[in-house]
Amino acid sequence: MTTQTIGQRTPRVDGEFKLTGRADYAVDHSAPGMLIGYPVPASIAHGTLAGLDLETARAMPGVVDIFHHGHFPTLARSPNSMAQQNVVSEVRLPFEDTRIYYDGQLVALVVAETFEQARAAAHAVRAEYHEEAGAISGLLHTDRDGEWQAGQARSRGEPREAWEQSPVRIDRTYTIAAESHVPMEVHATLAEWRDGRLRVHESSQGVLFQRKAMARIFDIAEEDVEVVSHYIGSGFGNKLFMWPHAVATAAAAREVGRPVRTVMPRQQDMATTGNRPASRQRLRLAADEAGRLTAIRHDSTTETSPVHTHVDAVGSATPSLYACDNVAVGQRLVTVNHGTPCPMRGPGEVSGLFALECAMDELAGELGIDPLDLRRRNHAERDPGKDLPWSSKHLDACYDNAAARFGWSRREPGIGAMRDGDEILGWGMASCTWFAGRQPCAARVELHADGHVTAACGTQDIGTGTYTVVAQTVAELTGVPLSRIEVRLGESSLPAGPLSGGSMATATTLPAVAAATRQALDALKEVATGDGGAFAGVAGESLGVEQGTLTDGGGRRVGFAEVLEGLRLASVTGDGQAAPGDEKTRYSFRSFGAHFVEVRWDPGISRLRVSRVVSDFDIGRAINPATARNQVEGSIVMGIGMALLEGLDYDPRDARLVNNNYADYLIPTHADMPEIDVELLDHPDFAFNEFGARGVGEIGLTGIAAAIANAVYHATGKRLRDLPIRLEHLLVE
Amino acid sequence: MRPFAFDTATDSGAAIAIHGGDDRRAYIAGGTTLIDLVKLDVMRPAALIDVSRLPLAEVERLDDGRLRIGAAVTNSELAHHPLVREHYPLLAQAILAGASTQIRNMATTAGNVMQRTRCPYYRDAAAACNRREPGSGCDALHGINRMHAVLGVSEQCIATHPSDMCVALAALGATLTLEGPEGRREIAFNDFHRLPAEHPEIEHELAPGELITHVTLDTPLVGGGAAYLKLRDRASYEFALASAGAVVALEGEVISDVRLALGGVATKPWRAVEAERALDGQPAVASSFEVAADAALQDAVPREHNAFKIPLARQAIVRALRDATARAGTTTTTRGNQG
Repeated sequence: MTTQTIGQRTPRVDGEFKLTGRADYAVDHSAPGMLIGYPVPASIAHGTLAGLDLETARAMPGVVDIFHHGHFPTLARSPNSMAQQNVVSEVRLPFEDTRIYYDGQLVALVVAETFEQARAAAHAVRAEYHEEAGAISGLLHTDRDGEWQAGQARSRGEPREAWEQSPVRIDRTYTIAAESHVPMEVHATLAEWRDGRLRVHESSQGVLFQRKAMARIFDIAEEDVEVVSHYIGSGFGNKLFMWPHAVATAAAAREVGRPVRTVMPRQQDMATTGNRPASRQRLRLAADEAGRLTAIRHDSTTETSPVHTHVDAVGSATPSLYACDNVAVGQRLVTVNHGTPCPMRGPGEVSGLFALECAMDELAGELGIDPLDLRRRNHAERDPGKDLPWSSKHLDACYDNAAARFGWSRREPGIGAMRDGDEILGWGMASCTWFAGRQPCAARVELHADGHVTAACGTQDIGTGTYTVVAQTVAELTGVPLSRIEVRLGESSLPAGPLSGGSMATATTLPAVAAATRQALDALKEVATGDGGAFAGVAGESLGVEQGTLTDGGGRRVGFAEVLEGLRLASVTGDGQAAPGDEKTRYSFRSFGAHFVEVRWDPGISRLRVSRVVSDFDIGRAINPATARNQVEGSIVMGIGMALLEGLDYDPRDARLVNNNYADYLIPTHADMPEIDVELLDHPDFAFNEFGARGVGEIGLTGIAAAIANAVYHATGKRLRDLPIRLEHLLVE
Repeated sequence: MRPFAFDTATDSGAAIAIHGGDDRRAYIAGGTTLIDLVKLDVMRPAALIDVSRLPLAEVERLDDGRLRIGAAVTNSELAHHPLVREHYPLLAQAILAGASTQIRNMATTAGNVMQRTRCPYYRDAAAACNRREPGSGCDALHGINRMHAVLGVSEQCIATHPSDMCVALAALGATLTLEGPEGRREIAFNDFHRLPAEHPEIEHELAPGELITHVTLDTPLVGGGAAYLKLRDRASYEFALASAGAVVALEGEVISDVRLALGGVATKPWRAVEAERALDGQPAVASSFEVAADAALQDAVPREHNAFKIPLARQAIVRALRDATARAGTTTTTRGNQG
């Protein structure tokens, strides 16, 4: 496919709005008569709420109402069904009972005239608890085994026997601390009721899901709920499905008869709106002397909360990444007194690949083989997990290109062998993979008489560049310049679009946008060739489209606008749908990549920094290489956080979250940025969709923590299997 | 909202008069600590008196060679001031190792001296904290105490003093000028902050209503080389796990004078006098630095998660002394943020 804009580096079409402050985030909206909600968090993690002393708070200026257990409307739970698209992050409704299940749990919502009044009153609410001993502060602080998750189990061959009989084996356990998404924009809800209809502004990665869940919870028609999320200040998964604050705010607004806006305070946001659950993983790898894997056993345990089941599918990539005849994957789930976990960028596979790719490094050491060479020897020519051919796989090229740019062949394998002044260099690498998924989608495209084009879809742009790739698609098919294309996203009443999750939005949305564009062009051709049209009497199928014009192939070109104006039409519209077909029965779809990492370790002052990352990715076609590469670069930075900095500290004594803010929960700063060199291969995957795009939002985070840990081992000789790696684990006295 | 009064004073006498020694009233300058803690419901002043516009924004060299810094001079102004860069590079380095540009643009010299601990239990109104609520206990003693102090601790409090700037002041030697209802007085910087002991809620020697008006630095060490080394998990915008500020002056290969202070490991800005004593007259070599580091940490008390700070602080001391020695007698220019 020859393209004009698809595959071209394209500045974000919404960049100007973000730079100038015109991009409307949830909290930028207000409504006449709006009140402010401020949540009151539980200050224990395990027990019951014995009572709330509201006397002082109620008497404070501006306080309109305080909602809590016993003073809250009776609502229905959402069915929480993926098929019905009404998944919520927590099925328990706010204030449903007096049990306290986790620190920060919503125990009241103060509604007042101003933010300051609401906050002051919330601080004045006095809660009494019957705190109970035995709070489970986390997977890593309990000896509970957890519940076996039959649905996560995968097995092929004879993994147990193969393991026992193999000459080279490793058996290692890895752990990862619970992580927070820490989106810069905290969760926020503005709820407004009018004539029984609910309108919600939410920072959301899934307006359609929230609409359907709200409809079930308030027992009203879906058509009577509108959820708007034009822009979000990132979410990384914790804005996929709505949280209790949204329900509490909507209910409060209905009760008091005025719009209510609630912005989650950072401390409460971190405690209660999701986390990547901690994990413990046991990896058993076996190989023959030639370094070919003979068995993989991957047993993991993750966390969920007492009020909702979340299974982070840690082992889901393990059966597919390497050629191996004998594989077993199993998972257990431990209930802990934390706010409910939820998907976080690359859920499951990011955690799983940390363990698998560290174990591969350890196995390479055991075998005396170069770590990259070991990966090559176990290259999977087809998906061994699904027994299907890959639609398109160029992992070998990722290894070759990135290794060459990094200079991997100059790696001295000895521990601490590469020195530079006070510092020791460590070089490590890891493979990356993420599944490619696609959902059904609808879109609408309208060609207007003034020459501009609108495209609409009920998906979201979560900062990844969806506005831009939709505009590129319309531009590609119409030849209309990007500046004349207006994209509308993030409204639940628009044609049904997908969640912005699972790296699926691009592959899902663009085919529907293309279908709608073609429908609109067909409608234009129909009127153009009809009575009084610019091409009256010409067969519609003989007309071409070039640069915003219809052409007859004989040199005659008439602009879209002129066609419409000539007929005194305001516009023509195309509705398009697209859905995956049976291609998944014929192919396995996955993206692949490789990270090469350099760390610098100064043992004299115990300072560890990532200094260089070189990566290559095979993601099909990058619709917009600028934003696609940006996704990988951001993932690398996030992976540095995962490897070296991030971990939610729940106090082992009472399961309260201690580092619930940006100062104490560390993520990388600008000064931590290494040199980052990312290249995207360009092998369009046309078996997946007509544009050949597989998605890129998450894959960059897979493997990076392992590559860093492997580099740390190379520099220090310390094999650290618990994330985050901190300087006290490396310090040499 | 919880109402509070707000007054702006244009001279220190007026500020002190408005305050009146009432401990429900608080002075505010940059507000980088106070506003934060008010929002967390940890501090609840009934009145704020804005002292950021007092005529205390000068940095001037006194006739005796000392440097007098007005209380309202911002951290940014101070770090980049030519006299500081030339004569007190340690101070410039330390300030630039702390916080962020935005915060340093707001934070003032006296405010930095007055900043509160970052202990998460202090900042959580629902946790037990003797510093915030005397007699309530200390959740940090057996809690998440990786960031906490190992020097100057008590069974009542192990909260770390978070300032970088104050580590430089402790090393360089300084005098605080205080003004209050009873008049004006001076106090040595190293006598200003109190150890928590039995009363962690009393953090310093300020009498009710007293205000810091100036910080005056001792005369600089002639030919001294300076190094502020801050060790932390990430490269910027984080409090120290351990930091060391050193000024070393040499006569030949021998240490003729030395100043050493520690941050991130103590309940107050920590002048390492035992280490200085151990270095006095010794050859400026690694073995001397190691002996000094041991001396500095000999009384350290580790807790469950912060024992690593003792060897880490040793490393900070040894490297800072090495780097300061390398700069001694040659150049005194600022190296900027050491990350």
